[in-house]
Amino acid sequence: MLNLRSVEKSFGGLKVIDNVSFSVKKGSRTALIGPNGAGKTTIFNLLSGIYEVDNGSISLDNNDITQIPARKRIDIGMSRSFQNIRLMPHLSTIENVMLGQHHLANSARENFFPLGLIKSNKWAKLAEQSLIEAGLGTYPGQVVSELPYGIQKRIEVVRALVSNPKLLLLDEPAAGLNSSETAELQILLEKASSTGTTLLVVEHDMNFVRNLCQHVVVLNFGRKIFEGTPDEVSKDPQVLEAYLGGDDNNAS
Amino acid sequence: MSAYMTGIIIILCLNIIIAYSVFLPAAAGQLNLGAAGFMIIGAYMDAYLSSADEGLGLPIALTIPAAALFTGLIGFLMSFPILRTKGVYMILATFAFAEIVAGIVLNMEVVGGASGFPVTTHTELEVLLPVTVGVVLFGFYLISTRFGLSMRSIHDDESVSLLFGVNTHLVKVGAFTIGAVLGGLAGALYGHQFDYIEVQNWGILFSIYVLLYVLIGGTQTPWGPLVGAMFFTFIPEILRAVGDATGIELFTELRFAAFGVIIVGMMVLRPEGIMTRTFLELLFRKSTPKSDIKLS
Repeated sequence: MLNLRSVEKSFGGLKVIDNVSFSVKKGSRTALIGPNGAGKTTIFNLLSGIYEVDNGSISLDNNDITQIPARKRIDIGMSRSFQNIRLMPHLSTIENVMLGQHHLANSARENFFPLGLIKSNKWAKLAEQSLIEAGLGTYPGQVVSELPYGIQKRIEVVRALVSNPKLLLLDEPAAGLNSSETAELQILLEKASSTGTTLLVVEHDMNFVRNLCQHVVVLNFGRKIFEGTPDEVSKDPQVLEAYLGGDDNNAS
Repeated sequence: MSAYMTGIIIILCLNIIIAYSVFLPAAAGQLNLGAAGFMIIGAYMDAYLSSADEGLGLPIALTIPAAALFTGLIGFLMSFPILRTKGVYMILATFAFAEIVAGIVLNMEVVGGASGFPVTTHTELEVLLPVTVGVVLFGFYLISTRFGLSMRSIHDDESVSLLFGVNTHLVKVGAFTIGAVLGGLAGALYGHQFDYIEVQNWGILFSIYVLLYVLIGGTQTPWGPLVGAMFFTFIPEILRAVGDATGIELFTELRFAAFGVIIVGMMVLRPEGIMTRTFLELLFRKSTPKSDIKLS
């Protein structure tokens, strides 16, 4: 469903993404991995429209979306989470989740309905339901900046999910989570995947990747160096070299 | 009610309205140091339309809304250049706007120039009080809507709001324009209370005070401007009363020095304002966690 064709991006003279092409199949769970600075988050920023693509194209469901502005990408079914938590710190949990519903409720009538005064409205109920399903039902009214890191991390995933995305981009969703939180996150993502949402995940935790994803794309220095199943990836010499360093010409 | 109390309540009401005028853009992350400019436009527009002698002599039921809407229109047009700036640059841009307005009105002979302009229709609290209540309720309503949610999201993180489909530019222009309408409203009402307006009433110090009491009240909830305006209206009066009763110099001659110390203290102790989300939660925490959903 998602296709990147020869995508390139430079900052100043530095080519951060160099001729990267890969596809994400509909309904699949694909991981994007690579050492620090490989360009994973840059790819996400290109996909979500924060950066403009210099060369190449991106298409979603065979429609070219390269030029679609960032604000409209949620309307075509793309939503994302962030490597560093980007929840709205002064909003409550449920308000953050309601922000995720924004593009579904973007009419004049919905925009001026007093959500906060008439609390039994459908959006609040939907948001609360999603939080309960994610095992976060006990925190709806709390200001998110007061909540533990692991909870905030999952609220971000819920916020992205309630926009009903076709493609969910997750930037290191398991980073900083303990093992039980990671397990709960995995359940949450598997549930989303089972309802047809396609997942593209940037992640360092290889166990998490192996458990969740069927397909892995490996980047290094802005280039795609390998693509395959998680088992193939961990045996590939190029990937091992990228992560552990090679024997020869790396010394110079 | 004594004339002194009535006088305080009039000032409180005007302070509350102008506080919401600055609060609404502030809730969307915009620091507005142009309160004086909107107040001047509203006051002079209304005075010119309503005054029997030198103006058009129209009824105030018409002139007050007209002045507020006209100020809103100016605010809407000004929002495009002003919203290209951020943070401290926005403070400078709005300040410059207020100075330009003052400069223009000072040189307009049709509204009396530097000598001011008389307002012939006098009203007592019967107009000001209900309008103030209405403005406060409107503030609470607006913040509780999805539009208000968008405003507060932009305050916290504009680029993420954009990624979730919020038309950030429209929301920012909207918040600024609504703020301008309320500023014009406060100006229009001012004239009918004090029967005389002059540009010198609204200098830079006025704009600074308004921004200060919005920030000290807190920009996270619609309680902020209400509490901030009360704080700024009552504390100097309380200091005066304490000074009269005790004769301590700190509360008589040095009243404003003491007030300054209190402001600095507030900024140190409560940098996010008096009324924060967490403080409200503490105040109104419900006993059953199930119903603990708070949106405004």
